[in-house]
Amino acid sequence: MKLQVIVTLKKDVLDPQGSAIKNSLSNMGFKNIESLRQGKTFEIIVNEKDEKVALSKAKDMCEKLLANLTIEDYSVKAIKE
Amino acid sequence: MKASVIVFPGSNCDRDVKISLEKFGIKTSMVWHADAKLPKTDLVVLPGGFSYGDYLRCGSIASKSRIMKEVTAHSKKGGLVMGICNGFQVLVESQLLPGVLIRNINLKFICKNITVKVTNNKTNFTSKTSRNSVLEIPIAHNEGNYFANKDLINELEDNNQIVLQYCDTAGNINEQSNPNGSIKNIAGIINKKGNVFGLMPHPERASDELLGGMDGSIIFKSLK
Repeated sequence: MKLQVIVTLKKDVLDPQGSAIKNSLSNMGFKNIESLRQGKTFEIIVNEKDEKVALSKAKDMCEKLLANLTIEDYSVKAIKE
Repeated sequence: MKASVIVFPGSNCDRDVKISLEKFGIKTSMVWHADAKLPKTDLVVLPGGFSYGDYLRCGSIASKSRIMKEVTAHSKKGGLVMGICNGFQVLVESQLLPGVLIRNINLKFICKNITVKVTNNKTNFTSKTSRNSVLEIPIAHNEGNYFANKDLINELEDNNQIVLQYCDTAGNINEQSNPNGSIKNIAGIINKKGNVFGLMPHPERASDELLGGMDGSIIFKSLK
């Protein structure tokens, strides 16, 4: 089963990279960008048929390594091929 | 006193720190990250560098390495731990110190001499300094921007856990003297118990006259 994990910075955490990207887009002519936040995605293939079990494993991975819960939030979902 | 310097793949200040520790009379062994046991030791030093290439987040993969279980156990027993630069990042990722170190506000790797004020000289790591003394020590990092929520900052202040703060040469702590965007100009903090210390400046790079300064040596002299 293929899983997608998205890790994003929490709302109140400063995102200097996101701001730099937003400024660059504005300079390129992409106007009216209200906000831009940068994050990370992980694609994980697990040998697991049960979606519930697979998702709970992925959550565990997020809490233990993939995300730093002090500053980051995460979401997990299964991807249907 | 005996010290152990942990060597991760990508550590690059490990030998400099050993030389500095030994210069001030601390017998030092190097310990590989995959080792299961720490030798008998009073102090563990997590050196600067780019452990595991700084993949995922700086210090995150190192914080899960085998030896870190032993380092955590050592700290829980009250043993001294000092993390310098990447070592500080490993300490926050291990949750041995609170908060987090994020990308410098100007998005640049900063490598230069800066000045820090010793705001707490009653620690095992700063006891030979005088309170509010100003030390000139180099920094060299891309992720040194200390971040914590308001409650945690209040807690750090209430417990006197902020040890070093970026300042100008006259000792003023302000925005101009903040190189990386750290909240409250934080350059170094200690845990509540007072045995785990993390700092972004490199005292081992200011412990020899040939390297242009001796201000870092006072940290090594303070260790006890």
